[in-house]
Amino acid sequence: MQKKVTNITFNPGFKENIYYPEVFRGLWITNRHFFVNMWRHTLNLFGIRTKVRPAVTYQYPEDPRPAHYRLRGRHRLTEKQNGAMRCTACMLCETICPCDCIHIVPGESPDPHIEKFPEEFTIDLLRCCYCGFCVEACPVDAIRMDVTRTEMAGYTRDIILTKELLLGKVKAHPWENWIAEGVEEKAG
Amino acid sequence: MIDWVILAASAVKMLIMIAIVMGIAIILTWVERKQSAVMQDRIGANRADILGLRIIGLFQPFADAIKMITKEDFIPPFSNKFLHTLAPVITFFAVLVVFAVIPLGPPLEIAGRTISMQIADINIGLLFILAFGGLAVYGVVLAGWSSNNKYTLLAAVRGSAQMISYEVCLGLSLIGAIMIYGTLDMTDMVLQQSGYWFGWIPRWGIIMQPLGALLFLPAAIAENKRVPFDLPECESEILGYHMEYSGLRAGMFMFAEFIEIIFIAALFTVIFLGGWQIPYLYWDGFHWPWGGMWYLPFWFVKTLEFLALFGKIAFMIYFMILVRWTLPRFRYDQLMRLGWKYLLPLGVLNLAVTGVVLVIIGRI
Repeated sequence: MQKKVTNITFNPGFKENIYYPEVFRGLWITNRHFFVNMWRHTLNLFGIRTKVRPAVTYQYPEDPRPAHYRLRGRHRLTEKQNGAMRCTACMLCETICPCDCIHIVPGESPDPHIEKFPEEFTIDLLRCCYCGFCVEACPVDAIRMDVTRTEMAGYTRDIILTKELLLGKVKAHPWENWIAEGVEEKAG
Repeated sequence: MIDWVILAASAVKMLIMIAIVMGIAIILTWVERKQSAVMQDRIGANRADILGLRIIGLFQPFADAIKMITKEDFIPPFSNKFLHTLAPVITFFAVLVVFAVIPLGPPLEIAGRTISMQIADINIGLLFILAFGGLAVYGVVLAGWSSNNKYTLLAAVRGSAQMISYEVCLGLSLIGAIMIYGTLDMTDMVLQQSGYWFGWIPRWGIIMQPLGALLFLPAAIAENKRVPFDLPECESEILGYHMEYSGLRAGMFMFAEFIEIIFIAALFTVIFLGGWQIPYLYWDGFHWPWGGMWYLPFWFVKTLEFLALFGKIAFMIYFMILVRWTLPRFRYDQLMRLGWKYLLPLGVLNLAVTGVVLVIIGRI
C-alpha cells in the first residue's frame, strides 16, 4: 500500500518577504502572553485566583509536581499492629519479579503461630523496573509502592535496599537522600 | 582659556551617565531572563538571594558577576594575545562612547550659564554616533581573527558582512529624519519635535517618519547582532566570534550588547519618540488641546520630563527583548536579501518621498 504524501508548498510573496506583518503578528502573541502572565502573577501575589497558574513551572523542592495516585514509587514493607513484619517469606514476589531484583532469605519466625519470616529482604533498586508485580502478587499486603517516594538518587552503582531501609527503620534524610546514606552505612 | 565650570559640569555629567547606563545594563541581564520567562509561561531566575532575602531574584546580576569574575580567564596559546585582549575593549568602548551625545533633557539655565544635558554638546551628534557605531565592526573582526580559530574567523566574516550591510540601511533610514529636522544636533532634534499638527497631534519623529522608524529598528538590531540577526554570535550552534573568550572578557562582549540595547532605545527615543517631551506639557504645566490648563510646579515638570525619557527608553528596551524572544534567526541569504533588496530600496523610497513632500510644503 502506498503511503499518502501531502506536499505543502510555501511560496512567500511580498507580504512574507517584507516580514513586517508576520513579525507583528508573532510579537502580538508573545506580548499577550507576557501581559496575561504578569496579570496572573500580580493577582497571585495578593492571594487572588491562585488556582490559575501564571507559569507551567513547578518550584521543585518546595512545590513538587503533584503525582498521580497510582504512581509506583519506592518499595516499602509493612508491619502488623504488633510491630512484626507482615511478610511471610512465601517467595511469590521474588518469583514473579521480571527483573530478578528481589532476594529473600527465609527464616523461622520467633512467633510460634507464624511459620516463616524473611531474615533478609533485599531489593536491588537499579535492576527494578517498577512494574508493581510484587505488590499485586503479595497475598498479605506486605509490600507496597508509595506515591510519595519518588526522589531516588545515589552516588554509587549498587543501590541495594535492605530490610531495615524498606521497613523505614533507618532514618531517612529530609531531602530523601536516603539511599546514599544507606549505602554508606552498609559500606561502613 | 579653559572654562572650569563647563569642565566640572562635563565630569559630573559623565559620571551620572556612566552610572545610569551601567546600572540599567546590570539590571537588564536579569530583566531579559525574567521577561523571556514570563513570555514563555515560565518563572525565570528567582533563586539568587542574600541572607535568605530574595526579591524575585533581583540579586541574580550579582551572582552572574561573581561567577564571571571568578572564572578562569583563558587566553588560547595559539592566539594573537595583544589583539585578543584589545577586541573586547574596542567593542566596549565603541558602545559606551556614543552615549556622549544622547541628551537627557533640555538645556538648563543655571547662574547665567546654559548647561547642556549632553556630555558633548557637538552639532554633529548623529554623525558621531554613526562613526563610532561603525567602529564596533573592528571588535568583531579582531575578536574573530585574533582567536586563530576557523569558526571564529567565519563568524567574524559573517558579522562584518552583516554589520556593514545594515549600516547602509541604518544611515539611510535616518537621512529622512535629518532632512526634516535639518540638523545633526541631538538636542536640537528633540526641540524640533515639540510642535503639534492640527493643534493636537504631537510632531514626533515616528509620526513624521513612520517608514524611517520601521526601517531603523531592524537595522539597529542587526547592528547590535541580536536575535533575529545574531548570525555572528549564535551561541547555541554555529559558534560565534567570541568563542575563544572566557570569564570577564566574554562578559564584556555580553555586557556591550546590553549597553547597545540601551543605546538603540535611547537613540530611537531621541530621534523618533520626541526625547523627553510629553504631549501638551509645557514649562508651566499641561495645556490641553481642548482648552483648559493644569498648572504644575517647575521642578515637577522637569522630573516628569526626565521620567518620560526613561519611560520611553524602557518601552523600547521591552520591545527589543520582545523581538529577541519571539523571532527565529534569519538564514544568511534571508538576512542579505532583507537588507539589500527590501530595506535599502524602501529607505531610498522614504528618502524620495520625504524630499518631494518637503519641496511641496516649501521647506527646501
